[in-house]
Amino acid sequence: MSAKENILARIRSANAMHAAAGDVSFTPSERLSAHPRGPMPTMQWDALERFKACSIAAASTVDELSTRADIPAAVARYLKQNNLPMSGVCWPEFGDLDWHGAGLEMQPRPAAGDDKVGVTGSFCALAETGTLVLLSGESQAATTSLLPETHIAVISTSRVVVSMEDVWELMREEIGELPRQVNFVSGPSRTADIEMTLVYGAHGPFRVHVLLLDE
Amino acid sequence: MEITSAQFKKVASQKLADKKVQAALAHAKGKFVVARAKAIEELDNFEDIRRAAADVRDHCLANLDQYLEQWERNATAAGTIVHWVESAEEMNRTVLDIATSNHVRKVIKSKSMLGEETGMNEYLERGGIDVRETDLGEYIIQQAKEHPSHIIAPATHKSKDDIATLFAERHQRPRLDDIEELTHEAREILRPHFLDADMGITGANFLVAETGSTMIVTNEGNGRMTTTMPRIHVAISSIEKCIPTLEDLSLLMRLLARSATGQSISNYLSVTTGPKRDGDSDGPDEFHVILVDIGRTRVLGSDLRPALRCIRCGACMNHCPVYQNIGGHAYGWVYPGPIGSVLTPAYVGLEKAIDLPNAATFCNQCGVACPVKIPLPDLMRKLREKQTERKLTPAGQRVGMRVWAWLASRPTLYAWATRIVARLGKLAGGKQGLVHRLPLAGAEWTRGRDLPAPRGKTFREIYAARNRS
Repeated sequence: MSAKENILARIRSANAMHAAAGDVSFTPSERLSAHPRGPMPTMQWDALERFKACSIAAASTVDELSTRADIPAAVARYLKQNNLPMSGVCWPEFGDLDWHGAGLEMQPRPAAGDDKVGVTGSFCALAETGTLVLLSGESQAATTSLLPETHIAVISTSRVVVSMEDVWELMREEIGELPRQVNFVSGPSRTADIEMTLVYGAHGPFRVHVLLLDE
Repeated sequence: MEITSAQFKKVASQKLADKKVQAALAHAKGKFVVARAKAIEELDNFEDIRRAAADVRDHCLANLDQYLEQWERNATAAGTIVHWVESAEEMNRTVLDIATSNHVRKVIKSKSMLGEETGMNEYLERGGIDVRETDLGEYIIQQAKEHPSHIIAPATHKSKDDIATLFAERHQRPRLDDIEELTHEAREILRPHFLDADMGITGANFLVAETGSTMIVTNEGNGRMTTTMPRIHVAISSIEKCIPTLEDLSLLMRLLARSATGQSISNYLSVTTGPKRDGDSDGPDEFHVILVDIGRTRVLGSDLRPALRCIRCGACMNHCPVYQNIGGHAYGWVYPGPIGSVLTPAYVGLEKAIDLPNAATFCNQCGVACPVKIPLPDLMRKLREKQTERKLTPAGQRVGMRVWAWLASRPTLYAWATRIVARLGKLAGGKQGLVHRLPLAGAEWTRGRDLPAPRGKTFREIYAARNRS
């Protein structure tokens, strides 16, 4: 018998000794096709306001723009204010913007180890926890939000959803299946592994700046 | 990992007398407890969510065969290569085989307690592979050649000064005196390894049957690096981590980070389904998942079964008065604190961890804090019963309990004997009313504290007197 058969046989004989336990309102196949939600906490806040507040609580910063063309100026303003390098990389979807006009050098390619600024979009954003939802794909390099010290994410206000369950629902509707990787990002990389003291920039970005686009 | 749980009493005494360990524990004490208490206040139906989470975990276990098979079908369809293994040795060998057949020289690793169980790093190193832990705490521990003392804060027993000295020596750089600088030095040292490692190894917080995905959480971003940068990714996961759906994952995510560090969500959640797809700009060429039993099916068929609900948040140890005073190393294996006192005997054998089920006050702080309602004191009590049945407890204790049982089942004799003890106890307590040294097994108890002396009358005498007046 293979290891798989042995393990499954042991699970079955162990479970045969115990009466069915836990949530029995769905059989496994029903549960897999209906994917029922568990009890949800009360979420009576305004999703956009909640997203902003939670982003800030997660140590991100937030700026609000009214048109897509304002993105380069907003990025330049943020980088200048924080004394950061005025060059970096962006997802190809932002390659057409007038970065030069804002004094920036932004290349539409995946990030390498020494790129300092990465500009990405976001599939959607999660109000509950102030979280960006980034998907892997052809033109959505994961490195852009991971390797640079500064991550700037552009998200349309219409893509802010309430709960994590809503994210899955949106993905089922719009994509049908999961991409190779879904990353939930809530603020800059951090650690408290030395004397429980919080430090930002453990391995990923030191800072996350969110540009909320209300078109 | 080597099992030193048999030396629990000796090591616990050493840790209690070790000023450095005590200072580190005092520094950490209560911080996670306060953070958790604040974080769960955000959920107005925390108890409902907790009950639902416990039910979902039980439901997973009751149908584990179906969910694992469903998970495997979906994972394989997404291009994941799935391996099933029964023993620690088999798991280590499988990982090494994947590494050698792909000419892997360097591995970057994100934290895995299962890897600690099997001693995977040492095994791979013996096989000629360079393994780099990347979680800061695990990196510190690996550099110091020690073992984690906490499942989510592995280096919590080390002070900033210890780490500063360690880094100066290992990195051959000037000694730093600032936590931020130390953290960033580790970032700088590890960054090139992320970029040129051939293989990444992670654990899995959960496997999602609905999609065939593996899921990990990190705060540092090392998990994202490990699953994305190298050309091979291997995830090791024990079988009980399998959950049905993404909705169930969302439910458990509301509890995990809150119970662990008091965050409302971990910084990074990465849900991975298969290797790099056609056209993807990044991701590994091969993705292997190793499903591991080592002891899980045995526990599933035992009365310790509820322990398999565990989602590895660490709340039980954070809330445990014993852990708070001795730290994690005395427990002698991978999992410290109350969950360790159950899992260690369950996985390595009760006779090798004889003191662990007794290293508890049964205050039930762990049971109250557990996000999936594992009845930890009950499980420890079951282990104590097994110790007695299997005559693993000291002979003196067994004789003592038999004498007590004999006496307690004879009410008249019991009343007479306790009257004598109450009166002798009062005398022994002297003016202070404290007994400094008890005879026999009690000597151990009074070694570190005094016993408030009896006041000279038994409960029954006082009760009878009250009823008369």
